[in-house]
Amino acid sequence: MQTRFVAVAIILAFATVSAAQTPETYTAARAPDGMPDLNGIWQAINTANWNVEAHSAAPGPMFELGAAYAVPGGFGVVDGGTIPYQPWALEQRDENFENRMALDPEVKCYLPGVPRATYQPFPFQILQSQQHVMIVHEFAGAVRTIYMEDHVEFPAPSWMGWSNGTWEGETLVVDTTGFNGNAWFDRAGNFFSDTLHVVERFTARSPETLTYEVTIEDPAVFTRPWTMTMPLYRRAEQNLQLTEFRCVEYSEELLYGDLRKPGTPAPPR
Amino acid sequence: MRKRFLLSITISIGFVVCASMAEAGQLRLVQPDLPPGADASYVAPRTPDGQPDLQGFWTNATYTPLQRSEDVSAEFYTPEEYFEMLSGRVDREEAQTVPGTTGDVHYDFTQFGLDNSQSTLSLNLRTSLIVDPPNGRLPDRVDGQGGGGRGRNRETQYDQVQNMPIGSRCIIMGGAGPPLMDAGYNSNYQIVQSPGYVTILTEMIHDARIIPLSDGPAAPEELRQWVGLSRGHWEGETLIVETSNFNGGRPFQGAGENRHVTETFTRLSDDHIDYRFTVEDETVWNRNWTASAPLARTVGPIFEFACHETNYGIANILSGARQEEREAAEAEQN
Repeated sequence: MQTRFVAVAIILAFATVSAAQTPETYTAARAPDGMPDLNGIWQAINTANWNVEAHSAAPGPMFELGAAYAVPGGFGVVDGGTIPYQPWALEQRDENFENRMALDPEVKCYLPGVPRATYQPFPFQILQSQQHVMIVHEFAGAVRTIYMEDHVEFPAPSWMGWSNGTWEGETLVVDTTGFNGNAWFDRAGNFFSDTLHVVERFTARSPETLTYEVTIEDPAVFTRPWTMTMPLYRRAEQNLQLTEFRCVEYSEELLYGDLRKPGTPAPPR
Repeated sequence: MRKRFLLSITISIGFVVCASMAEAGQLRLVQPDLPPGADASYVAPRTPDGQPDLQGFWTNATYTPLQRSEDVSAEFYTPEEYFEMLSGRVDREEAQTVPGTTGDVHYDFTQFGLDNSQSTLSLNLRTSLIVDPPNGRLPDRVDGQGGGGRGRNRETQYDQVQNMPIGSRCIIMGGAGPPLMDAGYNSNYQIVQSPGYVTILTEMIHDARIIPLSDGPAAPEELRQWVGLSRGHWEGETLIVETSNFNGGRPFQGAGENRHVTETFTRLSDDHIDYRFTVEDETVWNRNWTASAPLARTVGPIFEFACHETNYGIANILSGARQEEREAAEAEQN
């Protein structure tokens, strides 16, 4: 009886894991080291950077920018629809939104953190070696080094966190901690703290698409762990390279323009 | 006291390394008759896709100047002279840790172990990084001015953030290149190779240069970048990287958007990469010039260098300048 129960439990567990890990039965091409080949330039095509939760189209934060920078609507990428905030944190999120032009780290060209870097509207490149998987983002040149060997605990807090990676079959699993808690999830003020723990799962679902699943755990801010899921698309242009988006210089006038010597003309736009 | 002890250990180790290298006849990095890739005795391991393996953590920290000092004529130091030069530099850095000196009151590299004497050094007996022209100095400029770069306008540099040095603004720092140059501190690099790419991560400022190893159409003239656009290929054991399309915002020794940089990387041992670069810009110099700035293996990992995010110095410096102006104006009125 007990044996039968265990067997059923194992089968159920296996079925659950399979459904989560391999949304489609696709086996990726292999890199020269035998691992699934996720190398390439990828990009999310969704509105998660505006708001990871479902949202209607809306005017942009500055009317001067008109329709060009207005907010497109979206179904959201949070599994189950809403982020399980603790009550104080929900209030904080709403306050963040009200003050987003002053507080959103993206506006200031600060490092975007994880997972936001993955779904900002910029390409990123996965570069696989045996010891390290590098993810280089076009936005702010943000870099993640994912340690595939010699896993250690994070040595100090940082914007992009400290990532240890493993291969689970077809899936690159990246476990990231050591965040400084200063980054946000999106432009809507969704946020986390320095106790954030992110587990990302990158799985090829076709030669041109990946499934990106993220589990978010932060007991200081949320009532329970929650997940986001989205496809990532290969940028298929021939000879494409990431280009520089060294955005510090685009944020300087905002950050320091008021400290200009009176009478000095500002640089032309 | 403890610092001095640590420094003396550093010197001792440095000396031992120097001496043992000399004894073993392994000062290959500094032998003038060794072109890149000519060392038949060392074959680099291979990556899974067959590239010579340059991966790991490297540094080009050095006390060797780019240009040979006017009062030096020899191409190489003797090991004794080199040790003397190192000792002098280490002493100078150590002196900064003594209370009452200028170094201890503003930005003390030594306190945090950032100075070269407490870091891995890329040992190099050359008296200059420049190997060609043979006099170890930059060639003559076509405009007849001195060989080096032109300084920024110091009178107006604190009038607005856009006038300040790009390193202070956390846009890019000297180490990133190309060419890769000792950044003064944190001169650390990580090389990662993946199929079709070599990526060089410069610690200062989390700058990853992804170098494609494929032929392709020339980059469009209109696309300009602070670090230019690089493309690489292997010739035997040597990685050759060509870079152009600089934006001109960051002149290197006076050369701006017209410069073309050719870099060569050749693994010479488990712990050394011969790194050379040639700079061409006929709008600046009357000939090309080449330098040798070897990379030595160092310990990883490289931690995130987030510079702009806490760059309080900009606001403080500009606020201070405005305050000084207000005080000067008030003094004039009174």
